[in-house]
Amino acid sequence: MRKARYPRRKFIRDVAAVAGGLSVLPACNKSRGRWRFFTEEEANTVYAICEQIIPTDQDPGAAYAGVPNFIDKQLVGPYKRFQQAYRKGLAGVQETSLAQFGARFESLKWDQQTEVLKILEAGKARGRTWETGSPKVFFELIRDHTMQGFYGSPRHGGNWDYVSYRMLGLDYPQVIGQNRYKKA
Amino acid sequence: MPERKVNAVVVGAGAGGGVVAKELSAAGLTVVLLERGGWPHFSDLYHDELTSQVYGTLRQALGPDDERNRRVVPEGDGVWRTVVPTEGAYGNIAACVGSGTAAYGAIAWRFMPQDFRLKSTYGPLEGSTLEDWPISYDDLEPCYEKAEWEIGVAGDHTESPFFPPRRKPYPMPPHPYNKPAIFLEPAARKLGYHPVHIPMLRNSVRYGGRPACIHCRACTGFICEVNAKNGTHNTVIPAAIATGNCEVRIHSMAADVIIDDRGRAQAVRYFDADGRERVQPADIIVVSCSATESARLLLNSRSRLFPQGAGNRHDLVGRNFQDHAYAGATGMFSEDIYDDAGPGATIAVIDFNHGMPGIRGGGALTNQFITLPYGFTKKRPPGEPSWGSSHKEFQRRNFRRLLGIHGPVQEMPVAGARVDVDPTVKDYWGLPVIRVSGTRHPYDLEVARQIASKAEAWLKEAGATRTWTSIPGMGRGLSSHQAGTCRMGNDPATSVTNRYGQVHDIDNLFVADGSLHVTNGGFNPALTVMALGYWVSNYIKKEWRGTSFRS
Repeated sequence: MRKARYPRRKFIRDVAAVAGGLSVLPACNKSRGRWRFFTEEEANTVYAICEQIIPTDQDPGAAYAGVPNFIDKQLVGPYKRFQQAYRKGLAGVQETSLAQFGARFESLKWDQQTEVLKILEAGKARGRTWETGSPKVFFELIRDHTMQGFYGSPRHGGNWDYVSYRMLGLDYPQVIGQNRYKKA
Repeated sequence: MPERKVNAVVVGAGAGGGVVAKELSAAGLTVVLLERGGWPHFSDLYHDELTSQVYGTLRQALGPDDERNRRVVPEGDGVWRTVVPTEGAYGNIAACVGSGTAAYGAIAWRFMPQDFRLKSTYGPLEGSTLEDWPISYDDLEPCYEKAEWEIGVAGDHTESPFFPPRRKPYPMPPHPYNKPAIFLEPAARKLGYHPVHIPMLRNSVRYGGRPACIHCRACTGFICEVNAKNGTHNTVIPAAIATGNCEVRIHSMAADVIIDDRGRAQAVRYFDADGRERVQPADIIVVSCSATESARLLLNSRSRLFPQGAGNRHDLVGRNFQDHAYAGATGMFSEDIYDDAGPGATIAVIDFNHGMPGIRGGGALTNQFITLPYGFTKKRPPGEPSWGSSHKEFQRRNFRRLLGIHGPVQEMPVAGARVDVDPTVKDYWGLPVIRVSGTRHPYDLEVARQIASKAEAWLKEAGATRTWTSIPGMGRGLSSHQAGTCRMGNDPATSVTNRYGQVHDIDNLFVADGSLHVTNGGFNPALTVMALGYWVSNYIKKEWRGTSFRS
């Protein structure tokens, strides 16, 4: 069983440092960084939204589980069709956030972030972006994808270290006749 | 260039087609079995919920794929939306050898005698195209028996007085009750219900050279890791291949059935794995692609004699589309009632299939299969927040405390509920795709409410501290229980095929799947589709005259 001794983010940072230090591969120069689809700013917003949707409490939340990584990975794979929805939706979140509290979403206080998402969920968000797309639809999209990333199989880039299965007390993979986790 | 002519082409290797291919090849006919998918393997998806057939939001590991397939579904009044297989609205059935039978939950009900004569049992219903089947339960009984023994069912027919009459018991003993069933059983008896072990197309003991079920968590929507779930892909299709008379051509997408100017089916045009167009001539052609896809294939088979599609002289192909008005209830318990021994559904009552005074039809109630963690995020009482800390708390607190009981409620057929082909949207191969339209009969909701209240009463009796019901809407969706689009009947003006699945007007063209269902029973339909495969095959074998088909 894998242990959480070497956190994923540190690992990625280290790998990025090594790759950046080498800087011999021409492709690396053009890369946007460690994200496949998101810009660095978008990724920060996604982190904050996902963490709101599945917050950290006594169990790890969506950020720890790598849900942004899951969404990023799917957006250049099976969820290519949602790329535009994300690009536009994340910009819209910032617009609403600025209109409501005068700051970017990720720098808002926890309760203010919740407030912004509740406005989106109710479909009442204002802003230029939302004139051509429903805030409710975008919110439901990212909420559903967060659930998939948190509760789906780790093979897709989320649910890191089986956090949600641990939380529910489910062995995964299930080995008949054995129980490897402490019961919930 | 056309292929060498064979005796029979069977299109679709699912519950119906797999059986037909085996029966015909065992009788000495040369058979080509066309399947648009490949052979299913456990390693295609393991226990991965996000690529499973039920919640495959990322990918349908068992097919069909998002890149090449589309369907058009209703979204409000006169508005349609194009969907891909990973969207729930697509209503996909696994596209692989075995099809639904490779991925299903394997519930193996027989329909009841009344299900075959719903109209004469209850009388006509305004606004419904309700009819009796042209065959009776007694006609189909030997076919049920054959399906149960050749494919393999575990169950006990002596438990309920409502089981239909039979000559032979099930070949395997039933699967044991799981933790919820142990307290659901006395609760059911207290209410006067007759609880039974659900008959399952899944091995409870070693059978057919394959092992017994190991009770893993993931069953419905998945391939069995130890091959204990019985579908056509691991029973009759291998048997068909073993005869030496049957060739299975995988990754072959049927385009149309070519009908000549004398009104005979000549060949099936299809696209092979490399996308090349091929033509397979045959003496007889059997269409068994599921109720939606069979209708599509016939509608896309336009010829001089049948400009509106094969068998569609009276605009009936694709009409009377049904599945099930699933209804039920969920109960919350104060203690841990979760059982990690899968697949979860073990107990049922069939008292409410025709058992409710003044109600037509009804449906079998069963406890639900284990809902995996992502699917569970959609299981909430009305008004419960769907995100944030209360979502997480609900998930953590109640994953082991919720129990669902639901059932497939028999629908009243409506001519306006239909599958046709979209005038503009085409798939990767350039074939017009399925378009669904119409609504269900309002009567279905009445029955659904009754069934849901029975489920709720059962949960309350079992000790649930909180319960809520679920009733379907009026919208006509797609699910894997689809049926009715090529109904059988004695009158060519009101049915697509005769009582043997033979298309009226085209003697050597047959349908053998759920499309034939005149009504869809209040039961999971897989075993009935298999039985119809045997029924249609028996007729073909009887009428077969060496190199041609007697008409």
